[in-house]
Amino acid sequence: MSVTELTCIRCPMGCALTVTVDGDNITVTGNTCPRGAEYGKNEVTNPKRTVTSSVPVEGGEIAMVSVKTKDEIPKGKIFDVMREIHAVRVKAPVSIGDVIIPDAAGTGVSIIATKNIAAK
Amino acid sequence: MERHDLVIIGGGPAGLAAAASARRAGIQDILILEREARLGGILNQCIHNGFGLHTFKEELTGPEYSARFIEEVEREHIPYKLNTIVTDVDASRRVSFVNREDGAVTVEAGAIVLAMGCRERPRGALSIPGYRPAGVYTAGTAQKLMNITGFKIGKECVILGSGDIGLIMARRLTLEGAKVKAVAELLPYSGGLKRNIVQCLDDYGIPLLLSHTVTEIHGKERVTGVTISEVDENRRPIPGTETYYSCDTLLLSCGLLPENELSLGAGVPLSRITGGPEVDDSLETGIPGIFACGNVLHVHDLVDFVSEEAGRAGLHAAAFIKGEERKNGSVAAIKTAGGVRYTVPQTVDTVNMEDKVTVRFRVANEYRNKALCLYYDGKPIRRIKKNVLRPGEMEELTLLKSSFRDGPVSEILIALEDQ
Repeated sequence: MSVTELTCIRCPMGCALTVTVDGDNITVTGNTCPRGAEYGKNEVTNPKRTVTSSVPVEGGEIAMVSVKTKDEIPKGKIFDVMREIHAVRVKAPVSIGDVIIPDAAGTGVSIIATKNIAAK
Repeated sequence: MERHDLVIIGGGPAGLAAAASARRAGIQDILILEREARLGGILNQCIHNGFGLHTFKEELTGPEYSARFIEEVEREHIPYKLNTIVTDVDASRRVSFVNREDGAVTVEAGAIVLAMGCRERPRGALSIPGYRPAGVYTAGTAQKLMNITGFKIGKECVILGSGDIGLIMARRLTLEGAKVKAVAELLPYSGGLKRNIVQCLDDYGIPLLLSHTVTEIHGKERVTGVTISEVDENRRPIPGTETYYSCDTLLLSCGLLPENELSLGAGVPLSRITGGPEVDDSLETGIPGIFACGNVLHVHDLVDFVSEEAGRAGLHAAAFIKGEERKNGSVAAIKTAGGVRYTVPQTVDTVNMEDKVTVRFRVANEYRNKALCLYYDGKPIRRIKKNVLRPGEMEELTLLKSSFRDGPVSEILIALEDQ
């Protein structure tokens, strides 16, 4: 049986969680919402994160478009995803939600634009 | 002289929410004045997520959050001017601004909403010894250069200050391939959100050095390293604790200061503690018809609270424009004790207030197992258990108009006591 103390990162409250793993049984206490319980479970089994970055834009009114992983990706794949983000450029116009990379680093999660940029 | 019902200074999250709210309240003649080339304010460079959990029940990045408000301004055809600097505001509500198209213009305003945001404390104000090599940036400047212009900031970095901007940039630099060697924090605790310690420092193994500060910057043309020293309980460097860190970049995240030069020029009374205007529950400053909201009023942690606050400012500015002045009110001053550093608002009109007024405040230190206590002229009204309170996390307390039905109150006390 293992007990892990964590800070939940689901929202700015940062609740102090206690996650107890007993074989297949995982219990989370200290959360003040259901998302915290889910975070606690995931963190000890398959921790995931959202990654945000920016990509150069050609012919746009500004030089960089901010992007994010559409969903969370496994923590261990963060730098693989970043390598793919660093390799791309996009052409203006770009809209929020546009898919920049359909499947980043084999995670099945796409990288999408988070800013609207008009063509120059 | 040209006249507008409502002039809003600043087109960031506060200005945008105030504009939308004033329009919903029926004000047509609005003018937003924004100095940058786009609306959106600081959110344009805050490409990380965590915005909108309260407002939209979704976790958005900064640009996505501001896009929602910009869309509303465009949809409602609320007029705005970009690349426009306001140079002066006076107590008669005349606003002077400058831009390429209009030149230098002065307009009269029925009401003004101050939404200018805040600035970062620069190196000069920190008096860190050394030459002035390239590679010393405030964290927000580095953020703008990286996220808007696409510049590379540096390869090996040290960050001074563990407020949210410093933490966010620690992660940002690491994701861009730089090595962040340490985050030094003068105080014995971090000023940032706990979630940011986890997802920006712990996730990447970046050490947080509490009770430490940068005591020297090395390098003449470009930063070559910094000296970090431990500090004592009076925040003075302890001789003999100096440690040298080689690096080519130093980021400073040492405080945000509400940008109130224009407010001072107009004669708006400011609070020495917040650095922003003193306001009543309608967010009106000491000058009739001039309202304030967002980071220019007090520095916020969550943009959701900025939007809520600015919405109220817009609503009350609209009421002022419509001539619905508050009459026969009874003003109570809000006092603080026991480690409550300040409140916004500083006064409440207990007769004319809305049914519910949110009082926001920060504490002076980290506290555990305290009770947040409310008193009206010495009479205890409410006692709420607060297990953890941090200076870096803004708190709120709701005042109910119904609680004042027994008669006028001259002093409201918000205090922390032991449980």
